[in-house]
Amino acid sequence: MIPSVFTYKKAGSVSEALQLKAENEDSKFLAGGHSLIPTMKLRLSSPSVLIDISKIDTLRSITEEGNQIVIGSLVTHAEIVNSDVIKTKVAIMSEGASMIGDVQVRNCGTIGGSIAHADPAADWPAILKTVEATVVIEGESGKREVNVEDFFQGVFTTDLTEDEIITAIKVPVPASGTKGTYQKFMQPASRFAIVGCAAMLTISNGVCQKARVTIGGAASTSFRDLGVEKALEGKELNAQNIENASKIAGNGVQMTSSHFATNSYRQHLTKVYTQRALESLI
Amino acid sequence: MNHEKSSILSKVNDSGTLNWEKPTSHKFEFHLSNSPIFHYITILKLSAMATINLKINGKQQVVDVDPKTPVLWVLREHLNLVGTKFGCGIAQCGACTIHIAGKATRSCTLPVSQVEGKEITTIEGISGEGDDPVQKAWLEHDVAQCGYCQTGQIMTATALLKENPSPTDEEIMEAMHGNICRCATYTRIRAAIKTASNS
Repeated sequence: MIPSVFTYKKAGSVSEALQLKAENEDSKFLAGGHSLIPTMKLRLSSPSVLIDISKIDTLRSITEEGNQIVIGSLVTHAEIVNSDVIKTKVAIMSEGASMIGDVQVRNCGTIGGSIAHADPAADWPAILKTVEATVVIEGESGKREVNVEDFFQGVFTTDLTEDEIITAIKVPVPASGTKGTYQKFMQPASRFAIVGCAAMLTISNGVCQKARVTIGGAASTSFRDLGVEKALEGKELNAQNIENASKIAGNGVQMTSSHFATNSYRQHLTKVYTQRALESLI
Repeated sequence: MNHEKSSILSKVNDSGTLNWEKPTSHKFEFHLSNSPIFHYITILKLSAMATINLKINGKQQVVDVDPKTPVLWVLREHLNLVGTKFGCGIAQCGACTIHIAGKATRSCTLPVSQVEGKEITTIEGISGEGDDPVQKAWLEHDVAQCGYCQTGQIMTATALLKENPSPTDEEIMEAMHGNICRCATYTRIRAAIKTASNS
């Protein structure tokens, strides 16, 4: 319960944070601290310097810019649950955020911290892939934007380099007639997803125009299920078509096996949760 | 600059499994140096101190501590507000729950410098004489068994009722999920919150 000795520094702005990062090798950014500090106390991680970015107020806003919603990286899960803009424009995000951890985690944990941590059982990766979000990253060499699909690279591994920081997540406002939902089978204590399904359908006259289905928790990283999406697009959204599409969910994907659930069980749950998520949208 | 891919769990290898380094085996003997407080003091001695202004239970407090000290230990060790309990220390159990700006927050993983200038409420500050409706309902239902987790339970319950004055059973269970009780007093906790919500 006691972390290795580390130095603690505070950054008041993004540029100060980047400067401190450049000056201190083996340093980590600290946001809400609900993943990083427990891993440090368990000695799974022992950075020698923590750079506290929690007071950078410019990273705390949710704004609408044209056809996009820009969520600052320090926005907490609870703020996303309660945001009117997100509730009305991309309800799947507030629904998903309300299912993260417990109330204390949601009050502290941030969206930027969660995706930088890239836990394969976290909820944000699946949701953000389904809403086709973009991650805004700043580094010493400037600003860049990465499609969330390319951002997550594996277990606890992202596209971020050591001298970069996430400043925002951009989410395109879905077309009218789009409905989305996030449903998960969770580990009952931690509430991490054993299998989670984030599904979003654009429906016109009962026909699926566009489908986005992402499975999280089940494999070493969340994945868009292109087979399911293809099986739905252009088809009438009825129980039979949804059942047919759900049957192929997760096919060919190497699922994780752990003491919570074997790979074949996760394979089964993937189909079940895909079907439940899709059925709730018609 | 180091352009290696970042990974918070620095001991995770490419295949995603954790490389546990087995500690050198040794016979556990009780000694003061094994206790968390000893390590805490050692770490404190090695660290830079800072003057931090806190507003706790409506009162301004000034503490001279290492800014990374968890709020929990500032409350318990520096301000003698020992109503807030140390449970797991890794944000799992909820025993250390306090309110930051009215929201239920775990104090064991929260560096004190993050709460500077914010309104902090601990169990000592939720009522004058233990007469908050939640506390009265707790007595009425005789909720506590061993009692260790109850501070955290009451803090989460009062935060819930502030946001949602008449929660359903399901909303109570959802809101209280982050507080563990090893005596399993959950049904009485739920009943007491119901009683408090009606009063």
